[in-house]
Amino acid sequence: MSIKQVYMDYNATTPLHPEVKETLNAAFELYANPSSMHEFGRSVRNRLEHIRQSIADFIGSKPEEIIYTAGGSESNNTVLKIITCARCGGLDFGQGRSEIITTSIEHPSIIQTAQYLESLGNTVHFLRVDKYGKVDVNHFLELISEKTALVSIMYANNEIGTIQDIKALAEIAHRYGALFHTDAVQAVGKIPVNVVELAVDYLSFSAHKFYGPKGVGVLYAKKAKPFSALIHGGHQEAGRRAGTMNSLGIIGMGKAVQLMQTEMSEITPKFEKYKAKLKAGILRRIPDITFNGHPEQTLANTLNVSFHGAEGEAVLLYLDLEGIAVSTGSACSTGSLEPSHVLLATGVGPELAHGSIRFSLGRETAEEDIDYVLEKLPSVIAKVRKMSTVYSGECK
Amino acid sequence: MSKQNTWLYTDTVKEHFINPKNLLEDEENYQEDGRGMVGNIKCGDQMLVVIRVQDNVITDCKWKTYGCASAIASTSMLSEMVKGMSVDKAYKITPEDIVRELGSLPSHKIHCSVLGDRALRKAIEDYYERTDQAEKIKQEHVKIICQCMNVTDKDIADAVKKGDRTYEELQFRTKLGTVCGQCKEKAERLLHEYIHLYT
Repeated sequence: MSIKQVYMDYNATTPLHPEVKETLNAAFELYANPSSMHEFGRSVRNRLEHIRQSIADFIGSKPEEIIYTAGGSESNNTVLKIITCARCGGLDFGQGRSEIITTSIEHPSIIQTAQYLESLGNTVHFLRVDKYGKVDVNHFLELISEKTALVSIMYANNEIGTIQDIKALAEIAHRYGALFHTDAVQAVGKIPVNVVELAVDYLSFSAHKFYGPKGVGVLYAKKAKPFSALIHGGHQEAGRRAGTMNSLGIIGMGKAVQLMQTEMSEITPKFEKYKAKLKAGILRRIPDITFNGHPEQTLANTLNVSFHGAEGEAVLLYLDLEGIAVSTGSACSTGSLEPSHVLLATGVGPELAHGSIRFSLGRETAEEDIDYVLEKLPSVIAKVRKMSTVYSGECK
Repeated sequence: MSKQNTWLYTDTVKEHFINPKNLLEDEENYQEDGRGMVGNIKCGDQMLVVIRVQDNVITDCKWKTYGCASAIASTSMLSEMVKGMSVDKAYKITPEDIVRELGSLPSHKIHCSVLGDRALRKAIEDYYERTDQAEKIKQEHVKIICQCMNVTDKDIADAVKKGDRTYEELQFRTKLGTVCGQCKEKAERLLHEYIHLYT
C-alpha cells in the first residue's frame, strides 16, 4: 500500500535541486585540500573562489566579505560572539558598548546564543513584535542607545513568514553607532537580498533552505567591521573560520545560488497562487481558524494557521499518517508541551500557540498537492477536535 | 519506503493513536460515577477522564484530551486497561504500568502518560467521595515532584534520612529528574529543606 506523499515543509529544509545533484555527482573526484599548494589543491581552490565571487554578486557584496561556514547556526553564533572580543576593529565592546538587541521571534541559534552572552554579563534586550510579527519600532527606539553594540533582527521568520523592514531597522542601529546583523536564512533564495541596499554589517544564510546541500552556509561580514573567529586553528577564510573548506558543500551551494538567480522570480508567482488556494480552501472547509503572520509582508511560500482546540503535534502526526509533511511551532519535547515562542510573542493565547501548523511550499509543490491537503485536512482537524477538551464547536 | 519502521513510536502506541479507544463523544448524556479533569491549557495539555462503576468494579472509562500523540495513546491504553478492574486496583495504577503496556515511549514523552493516570486517580477519588468511601482517598500529604518517575516529596525526605545529601545522590537513589529534568529546581529546594530539617 503506498499513499501519496506530499512534502510541505520546505522552510525546514529542501530537497537538492536536480541540477545541484548533477553538479555534485560530477564533483566527487575533487578530493584535494583546497588549501594545498599543489595543482590538485589549487584547482579545487580556484573553483571555490570562483563560487565566492558569484555568491558575492548574488547578494551584492565583495567576495572577500563572504565567509563560508557550516550553515545558519554557525554564522549566527559567530556574529553574536564577536562582542565577546574586548577590542576588535576599533570598537570597544568591553567598556562602552556591551548590549545586544534582538527580537523575541528569532531562531533558537540567535535567542539561545544571546542568552549565553547574557550569562557572561552582557545585557540583552528582546524586542517586542506586533500581532503580525513585525518588530515594534518604538520599542526599538526606547532600547537602543550608545551602549548598544550589536542589533540582530531576522529578515523573514521561519514559522510565520513575516518579513521585517531590515533597511529601516539597520538605519536606526547605525544612527546610534551600533552594528547590525540579519539572520536571512529564510529570506535568501526566496526574496531578493542585497547587502548594499539593506546596509547591514553582517548577514547569515544557509544553502539547504534553497535546494543546496545541508551543512554549508555563508556569513557576510562587511569589510572593516569588527570580526572575531568562532573557530580557531587555521588560516582558512583569511583566518576568520578555521577548518578544511567544505569543497562539495560549497560547490553545491554555488550551483543552488546560480539556479535561484533565475528560478526565484519564476516560482514566486506559483507560491502566491497555491498559497491563496490553500488559504481559501482551509477557510471554506474548516471553521474556527486563525491565520498567523503578516497578511502581505510575508514569504510567498509560507502559510501558518492555528486550528482552535486542536493540538499541533497530534495534527502533525495524523497528517503524517496521510503522507503529508508539515510542521508545528509547538513541541512536546521537554516534559510539557511548549507553545510556539513566535506565536506567543505575537500575542496569541497559549491555545492557538499550541495548535499552529506551518505549510511551507517549494519548487516541487504541485497544484494536486494543495488539493490533496485540502481533501485530508478537514477530517484530521475534526478528529483531533472531537477528542479535545477545549473545543466545542466554537472558539472559547 | 519503510514507513512503518521509522515511526516515532511503537506499533502499539501508533495503533492507539490512529484508533483511540473509548473517546468521550457525548459528554452531556454520559452518566458518570466519577469524573477527573487535570492539566491546564496554559501548560499545553489537559485531560478529562470519566468512569462508570458497578459493585466497585469499573465498567466503563471514557476520556478527552488536548494533548500530544503520547497523551492520546497512553490514555487510550489506560482506558482499556481499567475496564473490568476493581476501583481499588485501578487507583494504584502508575504511569510506568501504562508505559509497560504500550511497549515503550520515547523518554521525553513519558511525562505525557502521567496526565491520563492523574485524571483517572481524580475520577476515582470523585467516585469514592460520591459513594461514602472517602476514607480510601490517600490522605498522605505527598506531592509528586518528579512526574516522569513518580517521585514524591516523601520519597525525597526518606532519601535524605537514608543519607543522601546531593542532587546526584538523590537522582541515583530515586531516579528523580532522569527523564525530562524539569523538577530539578524544585527537588534541590526540597533537598536543602529536608537536610536542614532532618540532619
